[in-house]
Amino acid sequence: MATKEEIKARKTDIGPPHYERFLHPIIKENYGQWQYHEILRPGVMMHVSESGAKLYTVRAASPRLISTDFIRAICRLADKYCDGYLRFTSRNNIEFLLKNEANIDPLIADLKAEGTLVGGTGRSISNIVHTQGWVHCHSSATDASGLVKVVMDELANHFTEMDMPHKLRIAVACCLNMCGAVHCSDIALLGVHRTPPRIDHEKLPNLCEIPSTVASCPNAAVRPTFIDGKKSVEVDEDRCMYCGNCYTVCPAMPIADPLNDGVSIWVGGKVSNARSAPMFTKLAIPYLPNNPPRWPEVTEAVKNIVEVYVKNARSYERMGEWIGRVGWPEFFKLTGIKFTKYHIDDFKYAGTTYRRTTQMRGV
Amino acid sequence: MSDSKTPLLDELEKGPWPSFVKEIKKAARTSRKAKDLLGQLELSYKDKKTHWKHGGIVGVRGYGGGIIGRFSDVPEEFPGAAHFHTVRVNQPSGWFYTTDALRQLCDIWDKYGSGLTNMHGSTGDTVFLGAGSDELEDIFTELSKAEWDLGGSGSDVRTPSCCVGPARCEFACYDTLALTYDLTMAYQDELHRPLFPYKWKFKMAGCPNDCVASIARADFSIIGTWRDEIRIDQAAVAEYAEKGLDIQSDAIRRCPTRCMKWDGNTLKINDHQCTRCMHCINVMPKALRPGTDTGAVILIGAKAPIVQGAILSSVLVPFMKIEPPYEELKDLIEKIWEFWDEHGVARERIGELIQRVGLGNFLEAIDIEPSPQMITQPRDNPYIFYEEYYAEEKEGGEA
Repeated sequence: MATKEEIKARKTDIGPPHYERFLHPIIKENYGQWQYHEILRPGVMMHVSESGAKLYTVRAASPRLISTDFIRAICRLADKYCDGYLRFTSRNNIEFLLKNEANIDPLIADLKAEGTLVGGTGRSISNIVHTQGWVHCHSSATDASGLVKVVMDELANHFTEMDMPHKLRIAVACCLNMCGAVHCSDIALLGVHRTPPRIDHEKLPNLCEIPSTVASCPNAAVRPTFIDGKKSVEVDEDRCMYCGNCYTVCPAMPIADPLNDGVSIWVGGKVSNARSAPMFTKLAIPYLPNNPPRWPEVTEAVKNIVEVYVKNARSYERMGEWIGRVGWPEFFKLTGIKFTKYHIDDFKYAGTTYRRTTQMRGV
Repeated sequence: MSDSKTPLLDELEKGPWPSFVKEIKKAARTSRKAKDLLGQLELSYKDKKTHWKHGGIVGVRGYGGGIIGRFSDVPEEFPGAAHFHTVRVNQPSGWFYTTDALRQLCDIWDKYGSGLTNMHGSTGDTVFLGAGSDELEDIFTELSKAEWDLGGSGSDVRTPSCCVGPARCEFACYDTLALTYDLTMAYQDELHRPLFPYKWKFKMAGCPNDCVASIARADFSIIGTWRDEIRIDQAAVAEYAEKGLDIQSDAIRRCPTRCMKWDGNTLKINDHQCTRCMHCINVMPKALRPGTDTGAVILIGAKAPIVQGAILSSVLVPFMKIEPPYEELKDLIEKIWEFWDEHGVARERIGELIQRVGLGNFLEAIDIEPSPQMITQPRDNPYIFYEEYYAEEKEGGEA
């Protein structure tokens, strides 16, 4: 146990360790001097410096939720092949940094034995960015890690091969908060609540502060009221958009609903500025049931969208660029996804999405 | 019939993709916390709902952020998961580690926590999942002794993060790692003690490919670019063509401004037309490189949907040189914070505030000249709020 003195003497505001301590010597020597790179095969890159120095990178998948055992295992590999240096990517991949080309194959063999896959470079489906889900989030409408696992089990061959028209980025968020870059991904899986929170009027007065609970609602659907003479809140159900914001502030307003919670699927977003401007993802499927442990309806739907994209998109066309070229009517036709009134926006700037031209396909 | 206590989760050990269930099980061999997390998660899979509660402020002495409270709603059944808080550890720039550093973190976490981590959280932190309320001070004390610090949470500067940058990428137009470290150190107080209306995220991307989703996720996006000519190695272009790259269809026709020409021998780029989107460079990294007069576009206001809808960052400064000690940049940041502090309401991100007051008024308040690069088009509605107009001169010449 840390003593009071130890806590008092603790150095605060020291910030993270300086990154230079963690850079491989070859990186330090060639910092800012990289001239070009080549993807030698899926998951293996070679960066060449102006000095002629070469750095090899082997990219491996991780489930993001990892044990210290796993970290120690990859450390052993980094010691064996990479002089003890490694890094992680913004999509939770592990990158082993090698000086010696001859170490690539033995490293990949050891990684396979460790139960992971090598890939995720170039025209592939890289690792899924995701949130905590049932593993660790209070407002989750679905599990994120489980969805990632079952979807990537289906698509693993697109991680280990570069056989796509262009890169395809998938993200999973477990509720409408959309933590992670879910709102700008080629395919996004989003957990949805579809029913208003239920109020525990017994517990609420003790657990929650009424004004901050009321203020938490973006749509002013939560109002103060009295129930049996005790202060509480009520929810105007017509105004509730199921964001779960009130539950974050007030634990006596649980929103999880096993019967109605599920998964929606969104497509066509991107973050990169390459060719077209960054784009938001748009609704493809409003609701699929939560069917753990393997969510067959969701994996089937994602696989279908991926297959239609692979078959129809041109080289270097991201999902959103392909749909932009052929049009949404064509997207719904080719995927067989039913278009419903839920696809038509009715939030703030909804009018900007109405078609205001006679130009259209698929009539 | 299997006698496993987690028949549903066991299904997620199957298949080619690495399994998080296996990871929880590994940790559960030595950690009661991880074992009860597994049990509670199995219950969620059975019930189809979460068993976590928010609420209850937890933290460590001296800091307002860095720890996020998480409590089980079935603590009697799973006492090991009753308190299962998150510790956000400020990751090193670019997520580079030595194995020694990682083992040091693992040792601390095995001693006190569940042995489960996220490498990394969405914002970028090294995340420890599953700390008990009574262990938080110990964990932070040990981290601090080992020269690690906590990241941000709540209404503060969230832990800044960056792409791999010049450490291993030829596209980097400024030093993302150095700027990330510098801003993190400069704003330690703002990072650890939440005093803002809401969260504030910095994300440094070295080029317009934006591998850290800065334009989608950062309130303040610093995205590398250049303003001179793309460097061309004609011999390398020819080599790509010889090796089978269809330069006409894969590069030229995909160029958004069609500012390139290829006659089979020479690639010509009209740099004046180029919007520096990166596509041709991405396709031929050996032949094309960003120019040498590099810097960054500063964009502002991105956020995910909660609570007023998602926003992408928009251009605030079309081009800025990004060099230490980054004074121009920090002046700008601090001016914006001052404005936000004065005009922002609780839980209002800067992007939402700018939409509320109007970009024009915001620019005026922070003393930036409007430029056409900041918009996609001028207004198409005629309702202009004029602040200045002529008044009829009164007798005696006074206005």
